[in-house]
Amino acid sequence: MSALLDVEELQVTFGRTAAVRGASFRVERGETHCLVGESGCGKSVTALAVMSLLARGGQRSAKRMRFAGTDLTSLSDREMARLRGNRMAMIFQEPMTSLNPAFTIGSQMAEVMTRHKGGSRAAALDRAAELMGRVGITAPGMRLGQFPHQLSGGLRQRVMIAMALMCDPELLIADEPTTALDVTVQAQILRLLANLKRELGLSILLITHDLGIVARVADHVSVMYAGEVVERAPTAELFRAPQHPYTRGLLSCVPVPGRVQRDRPLGSIPGVVPAIGPGFAGCAFRSRCAHADETCARAIPRRQAGDAHDYLCRLEPDWAELQPA
Amino acid sequence: MLRLIARRLALGVLVALTVMTLAFLLTRLSGDLAVSIAGPQATQADVEIIRKAYGLDRPLYVQFFAWTGRAMVGDFGQSYFFKDSVANLIQKRLPITLTLGLVGLSLALLISLPLGILAALRENTWIDRGVTLFTMVGQAVPSFWLALILMIVLGLQLGILPISGTGTWQHFVMPGIVLAFTAIPALTRLTRSGMIEAMASDYIRTARAKGLSRARIIFKHALRNAAIPVVSIAAVQLGFMLGGSIVIETVFALHGVGYLGWESIAKNDFPVVQAVVLVLAVFYIGLTLLADILNALLDPRLRTG
Repeated sequence: MSALLDVEELQVTFGRTAAVRGASFRVERGETHCLVGESGCGKSVTALAVMSLLARGGQRSAKRMRFAGTDLTSLSDREMARLRGNRMAMIFQEPMTSLNPAFTIGSQMAEVMTRHKGGSRAAALDRAAELMGRVGITAPGMRLGQFPHQLSGGLRQRVMIAMALMCDPELLIADEPTTALDVTVQAQILRLLANLKRELGLSILLITHDLGIVARVADHVSVMYAGEVVERAPTAELFRAPQHPYTRGLLSCVPVPGRVQRDRPLGSIPGVVPAIGPGFAGCAFRSRCAHADETCARAIPRRQAGDAHDYLCRLEPDWAELQPA
Repeated sequence: MLRLIARRLALGVLVALTVMTLAFLLTRLSGDLAVSIAGPQATQADVEIIRKAYGLDRPLYVQFFAWTGRAMVGDFGQSYFFKDSVANLIQKRLPITLTLGLVGLSLALLISLPLGILAALRENTWIDRGVTLFTMVGQAVPSFWLALILMIVLGLQLGILPISGTGTWQHFVMPGIVLAFTAIPALTRLTRSGMIEAMASDYIRTARAKGLSRARIIFKHALRNAAIPVVSIAAVQLGFMLGGSIVIETVFALHGVGYLGWESIAKNDFPVVQAVVLVLAVFYIGLTLLADILNALLDPRLRTG
């Protein structure tokens, strides 16, 4: 069976700034796929581009962008709106401000259902109460009549998740859903997403900068850097045998039991993600890479390191053994 | 919600009392009322008779409490000039001013809301700049000048509207337009900025992610939030309109409360002046209260205050 979401060579520009430069990744049915990378690497823009939710001025193009067999690039705004909230849903990083302060929780949840599936408001409210119970909100009947300002951040994110599930979507895009929440609530939300994936057969595209989250929930990982997917692999393989120097750098920044020596400091990657102007060629990481040479300014090949594992670098898959970083 | 209303109501009563005191004191400060009522040809004896007849010989606080006491039950005394009770005069004139104010506000909202929304949705295009230019020009044009231009064009050259008087509904069109123009610039700009802010907000992104129709996103989710400051200002503007209609009522010879106030000031008819000031103040207070209630209905966060 083909992938649920298949994105090939996605490009997004805002004026002269290229935010996404040929990102390619695939989300399989029933899996959690993580887009990981540091701030400003184009993760969120990629997700918004898939949903056609780019801010004004954002231009999107792609060689291929298929969702469940439908070519997303050929859809009109109206057709796209029919998919959003219905078959593909999205939750955001800012639970405090993502709900409309002027309407009750119930009304905001119900309108998704009546919009896409028709039916009465009462039926939609029943469904909303059921889903609120499912995402672990107590007393859903009372919550339906409340306004967002009466709920905590964790509760609001649960409401967002329940709202996203109203129409039984096939794909849930979660853009840093736990970043704004405190650690205990974070863990609850991640567990909830994992349960929902298992129970509902949901596919999740999870955007995060946190490799700890990736290790816990992802089936597959795409590492993004400066608007490109520089490495894709199954999660276990990525943590066992990372290939791209950037991925290695990211992993060295995180303490992993058994991997870190007590007397050696944690790694860090010098510098920041560069702004990429038009006409940029070669590897965007070369200015921060310890292994860069003059060939890095030319076109970079995509190398295979396993069945489902590839990366974007001039170095051969076994470079690390020859030349430890 | 009820607590909010009760608190605002109490505040409104205090404001009304303050206005009554000020209105009373200011009319007394404008000189010896007995002299100005009697006129320049009056003898000292005439002035004394008038002073006694109108009770102006009593101490100031006695006069004040006598006036406020009667005003509480709707008795504002007799007009010196019109040979009628002040309450009657105001009752006859009020409908004209209210009609004018409501026509003005309706026109203002009908024009500024769509313009503001359109400018916000087409931010930084020539439509947006055109609207901004229009509001700037509208702000700069004095209302008496606009009134005269409309009279010349619509009244005299095209002859489609009457230029003065209060006979038919057509008489209210031109004054209504002029009055509306005092509020349109502020309301348009407020709608525009409110809509721009709302459309860029996270909850609108959520509404789009939910796949809602564009009309529902704009008119339900964004406008509801953008309307909150507009409602506050619209109520205040209507208050200004009722007070500020003095100029427009005079230019168009509409015999409303504003015109009555202007006439009585000119003729030292101070019971009328005091009553007009008080009536306008009470309207202003009522409108502010109405705006608070409307805002609480629009914004649930204000309901628990």
